[in-house]
Amino acid sequence: MIESSYTIKEENGIHARPAGFLVKEVKQLDSTITVKTCDGKSAAADKLFALMKLGVKQGDTITIVAEGGDEQKSLDSVMDFMSNNF
Amino acid sequence: MNSFQGEGVSGGITLGNIFIFKHTDNKIEKKVVEDYKPEIERFSAACEQAISQLQALSEDSVSKVGEEAAQIFMIHSMMIEDDDYQDFVINKIKGESVSAEYAVFSAIDFLTEFLNESGVAYIEERKSDIMDITNRIISILRSDVEPLNQFNGPVILAAEDLTPSQTVQLERDKILSIVTKYGTNNSHTAILSRTMGIPSIVGLEDIYDDSLNGRQAVVDADNGVVIIEPDEQTLDMYQKKIKESKFEQQQYLDEIGKETVTTKGRKIKLYANIGDLSEVNLVKKNDAEGIGLFRSEFIFLGRKKLPSEDEQLEVYRSVAESLNGAEVIIRTLDIGADKQVDYLDLPEEDNPALGLRAVRLCFERTEIFKTQLRALYRASAFGSISIMFPMIISVEEIIKIKDLIKEVCLELDKDGFDYNHDVKIGIMIETPAAAIISADLAEEADFFSIGTNDLSQYTLALDRQNPRLTSYAEPHHKAVLDLIKLTAENAHKKGIWVGVCGEMAADLELTDFFIESGIDELSVAPPKVLPLRKRIRESGSIFM
Repeated sequence: MIESSYTIKEENGIHARPAGFLVKEVKQLDSTITVKTCDGKSAAADKLFALMKLGVKQGDTITIVAEGGDEQKSLDSVMDFMSNNF
Repeated sequence: MNSFQGEGVSGGITLGNIFIFKHTDNKIEKKVVEDYKPEIERFSAACEQAISQLQALSEDSVSKVGEEAAQIFMIHSMMIEDDDYQDFVINKIKGESVSAEYAVFSAIDFLTEFLNESGVAYIEERKSDIMDITNRIISILRSDVEPLNQFNGPVILAAEDLTPSQTVQLERDKILSIVTKYGTNNSHTAILSRTMGIPSIVGLEDIYDDSLNGRQAVVDADNGVVIIEPDEQTLDMYQKKIKESKFEQQQYLDEIGKETVTTKGRKIKLYANIGDLSEVNLVKKNDAEGIGLFRSEFIFLGRKKLPSEDEQLEVYRSVAESLNGAEVIIRTLDIGADKQVDYLDLPEEDNPALGLRAVRLCFERTEIFKTQLRALYRASAFGSISIMFPMIISVEEIIKIKDLIKEVCLELDKDGFDYNHDVKIGIMIETPAAAIISADLAEEADFFSIGTNDLSQYTLALDRQNPRLTSYAEPHHKAVLDLIKLTAENAHKKGIWVGVCGEMAADLELTDFFIESGIDELSVAPPKVLPLRKRIRESGSIFM
């Protein structure tokens, strides 16, 4: 299990459309990806409503956890996606 | 006569009769079934059908509202497929032995509460999405007819709220305007009505009222006002306003499909400027003959890091392909210290307008420049792409650009990419220097495009953003017009064509001047294309 943190720059936080794209991205990976917030909430990154429920806002730092499969590759592609979209 | 104030989210004025749109049977009564298993199967089948409907809807609506807005329906299918949603509905059917319809209906509250926990102001905006997927699945379960076809129109559609699917499926000629009780400026529905050009007002507390059905009203979405049964004076005023704008619009619509040619038989290339992918639809709608200025900056702005070669390729390619072989002139990156691009880390400058911007920045950051050139050349295999370079002041700069292009082409050959070996290379004439030495520049360039905004600002030493200088800003200053004339003369001497982009191109008082100066191409904002065509077709000016 490996993890990495990311601070959200997107003005609207993780809102509907980009969250949808994140779900799509994550579903293509062979690892299980979890998003954790600084106040201890977490959600599977392939669940759209659960992601939206986290209520991640601009400036929040989240932790991305990759587990199983090619963890490094999965984490890299999620981080890459985050920096492009959030 | 009484009036309601709301928030206009898509502009325009209409006069007509109100039609109160009722959601068919909003409430679904709890129904207990003997065997829950067939209900689960019905629910799964309905979801499958909903997803394929959404797939089709998303594809169909691209041409109507553009790619970005059409993605809303992709998100809807992901909501339906979502594990939490599926689990809730299936467990509800199983646990309480209820009908699929009732379980789907119960999911509205579940999802609303679920998202409420986020503590973010999502709910108002997402509620219509949740209603939309719910209505869709329930309609399939009950094999309902689309409830929106209950009127013959054209009407003012009044509703509690409209879902994105309902909005995108409205027949444009049956709807004058949309007025709703709920909704916000950022809701998906508002975005759709803007792209469809339907005047819309949201947040009208008392509009969803049966007693208003069939009554005459003015909808002034420019000011967010609905006036029920306007008195004679008000009616007169609005009728006049509507008539004027209709008359103008009709006149312009008549220009669609006509050739842009003066009464003396001189043909002018009439192109459009775009600064965003969503404007490609407007280019086609307004019948522009090509894109004369594609501002590539939007691909670089509003993001966290540089766009990759492939990302850029996708954008250039999609525009070139959707223009079906018509010319697309793409201007390379034109940014400097005056535009905020965090990831470029540009040092602050005292005088950014005269600073390290446009090609100057590109020469300093050649990796950015070469990535863009690679993407542009690769895209050239898919349509008629020309490239132009901003802020040129010397022949050496063009030679330097051409050397970089050679390098890029060699790399592409090596990497085995296909590209057009004869991409036309043009330059912007937007500095007095470029206009004055245009004879020399014309030796190296395939075409000129005169950027009148910067050319005026640099020639007159007038900052366009400074409101205290407006009294100096003479829009037809002789110095600027003379430079345009000189540029056109020099271009023609060397046998290359010359165009004008920038605000002056759309100034109908200057159309005759441009024709007389021999300007070959005019490129304007999409809504200005048809008025300009009309003006050119009426012009009897000749190139002397």
